[in-house]
Amino acid sequence: MDYVLQLVCAFVATYGIAIIFNAPKSTLIPCGLVGMIGWLIYYAMIQQQVDSVTASFCGAFIISIVAHYQAFKHKTPMLIFVVGGIIPLVPGGLAYEAMRHVVANEYNESLQFFLKTGIITGAIVMGLVIAEVLVQMYRKMMTRLKKARTLN
Amino acid sequence: MDTSSVFAADCFLLAGRLLMQSGAETYRAEDTMLRMARSQGYQDAQSFVTPTGIIFSAGHESPTRIAQIPRRATDLSKIAEINTISRALTANQLSIEEAYEQLKTLENKNLFRSELAQVIYAAIASGCFVILFMGSVWDMPAAAIAGGIGHWVCLRVNAITKVKFFAEFTASIAVGLMTLLALYIGFGFEEDKIIIGAVMPLVPGVPIANAVRDMMAGHFVSGVTKGAEASLTALAIGSGIAFVLILF
Repeated sequence: MDYVLQLVCAFVATYGIAIIFNAPKSTLIPCGLVGMIGWLIYYAMIQQQVDSVTASFCGAFIISIVAHYQAFKHKTPMLIFVVGGIIPLVPGGLAYEAMRHVVANEYNESLQFFLKTGIITGAIVMGLVIAEVLVQMYRKMMTRLKKARTLN
Repeated sequence: MDTSSVFAADCFLLAGRLLMQSGAETYRAEDTMLRMARSQGYQDAQSFVTPTGIIFSAGHESPTRIAQIPRRATDLSKIAEINTISRALTANQLSIEEAYEQLKTLENKNLFRSELAQVIYAAIASGCFVILFMGSVWDMPAAAIAGGIGHWVCLRVNAITKVKFFAEFTASIAVGLMTLLALYIGFGFEEDKIIIGAVMPLVPGVPIANAVRDMMAGHFVSGVTKGAEASLTALAIGSGIAFVLILF
């Protein structure tokens, strides 16, 4: 039940973000699905007591892979699918805590939250990067295989 | 110099400029222009793209053109349309004149959804983010109203001042004030969850994704610029919220 609510909210939130970024009409539902799958991975890992850095990394990785698949399927730029999907993973709560401590002049506490925010953002970025590298390697392999086949 | 290569260079440049204005990755703009040029027989075409301008040459014997990119907005629909046109051109389904014609009409076309629709979807998304950040269902309406108003303020201020960071700063002040008002009249319960949910639609998703992809493609100038844009936006949102928290 908890999972259902989370997944529905992740889908609707990503769908709304896609509208704000003015994604084409036919890609809205795939966009929502990308966000939902990414959030499913993240949320399931958090529920299993996995660290939020690892969970964010895995969520972003899966988002990028699914976005590449959708881009291939719809023949549209991959950017459209990935921008909405990563928004739920952004550590808004930590950034807020950091800002609140800054306001209260508690710089030592705020630094910890800022660092954590930075690390999670870095994990999201690394997830996207590694997925991208793997997809590019896969593509190169496929074109090489195709060439070999036509030569035979 | 012959007029056909001038016309072709203009066409490729237009495609690149529209892509950059709609918030595409820099490497995509370069790649699209070169692909279009090669398909038309300009084998030694060169392009150099930065977020604020494009230099394009169709070849050694052909003229070199420059296009300035004064303003950028996120418009994923336009990116998709340009992508379709350039694919059709490289597959020889379109002549270069037809492609130019289509790009010209696309340039003046407004693909954006109405302001009302954007605000409503921002509100719905804000409400859902409360749940994603482990808030209670009872805080959803307050976050939805604050998020909707925040996005509306962002759109309006951006239209008036044309300064994106100031628009985001004002929008997050509006979000903070609406949240405090909701708490004051007993409409919401957890201040942090409402504020976080309501500012999420302002988060710079496109610059983050762009920065990563440009860096990966070796475009360090654009990657760093887009990364700075994302950090500045985050700073604007954070300081807007901090401003409200200090005041009250």
